[in-house]
Amino acid sequence: MKMIEIAKLIIVAFILIGAFFHLIAALGVIRLPDVYTRNHAASKAATLGVLCILLGTFLYFYFIHDHFNSRVLLGILFMFLTAPVAGHLLGRAAYHSGVKMWGQNGPDDYKEYIEIKKSEKYQEYEAYRKKIEENIKAESK
Amino acid sequence: MAKQVLLNVFLGFMWMFLTTTYEPVAFVKGYIFGLLIIFVFRKFFDSRFYLYRVFSFIKLALIFIKELIMANIAVVKVVLKPKMDMTPGIFAYPTSLEKDWEITTLANLITLTPGTMVIDISEDKKILFVHAIDIKDAKAEIDGIKESFEKAIMEVSRT
Repeated sequence: MKMIEIAKLIIVAFILIGAFFHLIAALGVIRLPDVYTRNHAASKAATLGVLCILLGTFLYFYFIHDHFNSRVLLGILFMFLTAPVAGHLLGRAAYHSGVKMWGQNGPDDYKEYIEIKKSEKYQEYEAYRKKIEENIKAESK
Repeated sequence: MAKQVLLNVFLGFMWMFLTTTYEPVAFVKGYIFGLLIIFVFRKFFDSRFYLYRVFSFIKLALIFIKELIMANIAVVKVVLKPKMDMTPGIFAYPTSLEKDWEITTLANLITLTPGTMVIDISEDKKILFVHAIDIKDAKAEIDGIKESFEKAIMEVSRT
């Protein structure tokens, strides 16, 4: 009897944490200023939320009903395989259809790369790559 | 690696037939003994003992879970802050990984940890373009990715 109570507490904790992350994701989609940042909130806080809720469900079936539901675990796996692809494609599509980033002083290394790519100058790209690598080396010193 | 796994499965079946028990348990037993044999003879294979690779994969998964939780807390902070004072931006991240699956894994891991999202990869597969929700600590983020994910992925793919 005691064990069941502890298991129930753990399950409730998981599901509540999952619901909390979903709430944060929803708030983020409303509050954050542009497509990219909203995409961050929607695609990732939600991932952890789904993970927690599915884990809670899995534990519920395992402890209370003594039923090992492997499909729930597969659900977690596929969530983790597909969510980043969707987030990446949404971001890329937004950038290529010309959505501006919020705020003025944020750096944008990608813009430079696209310009070089359009002009098809390979040497410029080499120089650009060297510049970035040097920048990072200088910063880490 | 594939050679070693195949040999191990073969040894598992060998154990089954030698003991003339045809149950899954016997196969598992044989597999474990086979593992032991391969471990003893690990110097004679051209790649490293494949269990090391499995271990480093588990390590990668653990690092990823840790990063996922830490980064989620960071995003919660950003979302709940009353004043929006972060500066989103895109930074270039030169990677030293070479194989396609390594870069895919790295990109997926970066995208899954909140606060960073891969927008694109340069055509020669050397630079990842990462959108960060708060660019202020981009340098720290680059170092973090290098230290945690890239190292762990390299450890997995090392032969």
